[in-house]
Amino acid sequence: MAAELHVELVAADRSVWSGEATLVVARTTSGDIGVMPGHQPLLGVLESGPVTIRTSDGGTVVAAVHGGFISFADNKLSLLAEIAELSDEIDVQRAERELERAKTEGDASAERRADVRLRAASTH
Amino acid sequence: MGAQLRVYKRRIKSVTATKKITKAMEMIAASRVVKAQRKVAASTPYATELTRAVTAVGTGSNTQHPLTTEAEAPTRSAVLLLSSDRGLAGAFNSNAIKAAEKLTARLEAEGKEVDTYIVGRRGLAHYNFRERKVSESWSGFTDEPTYADAKKVAVPLIEAIEKETADGGVDELHIVYTEFVSMMTQTAVDSRLLPLSLEEVAEESTSKGEILPLYDFEPSAEDVLDALLPRYVESRIYNALLQSAASKHAATRRAMKSATDNAGDLITSLSRSANAARQAEITQEISEIVGGTAALADATAGSDR
Repeated sequence: MAAELHVELVAADRSVWSGEATLVVARTTSGDIGVMPGHQPLLGVLESGPVTIRTSDGGTVVAAVHGGFISFADNKLSLLAEIAELSDEIDVQRAERELERAKTEGDASAERRADVRLRAASTH
Repeated sequence: MGAQLRVYKRRIKSVTATKKITKAMEMIAASRVVKAQRKVAASTPYATELTRAVTAVGTGSNTQHPLTTEAEAPTRSAVLLLSSDRGLAGAFNSNAIKAAEKLTARLEAEGKEVDTYIVGRRGLAHYNFRERKVSESWSGFTDEPTYADAKKVAVPLIEAIEKETADGGVDELHIVYTEFVSMMTQTAVDSRLLPLSLEEVAEESTSKGEILPLYDFEPSAEDVLDALLPRYVESRIYNALLQSAASKHAATRRAMKSATDNAGDLITSLSRSANAARQAEITQEISEIVGGTAALADATAGSDR
């Protein structure tokens, strides 16, 4: 059996996903970072972006994460986010509408949020 | 029907209607307490993980940050009071307000100026009525606070603490809220949110005796702390808002339960009085009839003779 790490993806108001994984890729402020079992203890600031979790049974979980942290120690990885949504929870039509609205209003952060949602949803 | 009996009947009807309303409010509040408690539980993993992370940065590096540095001679404090928008919750709001006033008095005795921030219309109304200065207030979400609401509250507070005291900033931030101990017990508590004492946070999270690993910080310890601390404050405020909401619903439930009980007692005593009045009326009618027939009998007996 390949080495595994335990992942907890928690949003401010709920626990979104937890389970075993072999690889987690997230976007920090200084670029994408991949964490595999046995990684050095790490604490980083996350950018708004998709997080990819390769689960130990071969599946892939994608979540849109907006603002938060990644922390890894003792083979336990926590992803803390103010807002986090799994790709299959994302309402694509709503995100598209949001994107339109953000574009016309010139709201850069809302545009980015909607864009991340759409990208996370499309990889599913 | 006699006048007195009619009055009783009318009052019984009105009290019964009131009882129905308070009973409904009690049941609504009871279901909301459960919901609010569930929300508190749902927000716990985030808070725990965040506390761990703050401890990790705080102990793993010698970073200085405005949110953790203690001012040498604090001269201004901010007090955030969490009250509710609506009343009918027994002593819930007055307890919280009392706690805030006690804290304000204590801080003023220590020679600090106090800026007051208020959540909830009740607390605001109390301060406005007494024409006291309120720096900022929020309302409209106390029944079901969301994380976005907590963020809204936290932003100006963090701004105030980051500003120099001479420019109108504050040195400390205190929060007064009602802690949800159990369904029956809710206590108004005050605690100092900022500056954060990392030792205390560390004690809280490492009480199980675990040793924190040496973290790699991405991009740097300062940047991580910069991003972490505001989130930590937000999450603490969020937790306080949720507890306050749960406490408010529990207080409402209790207040409405005693109102329902009182209405029940009132109905019982009113129906007894109504029964007595009805009985008295009947007795009077009988004696009137008996008296009437006796007088009639006397009259006919007299004319017969």
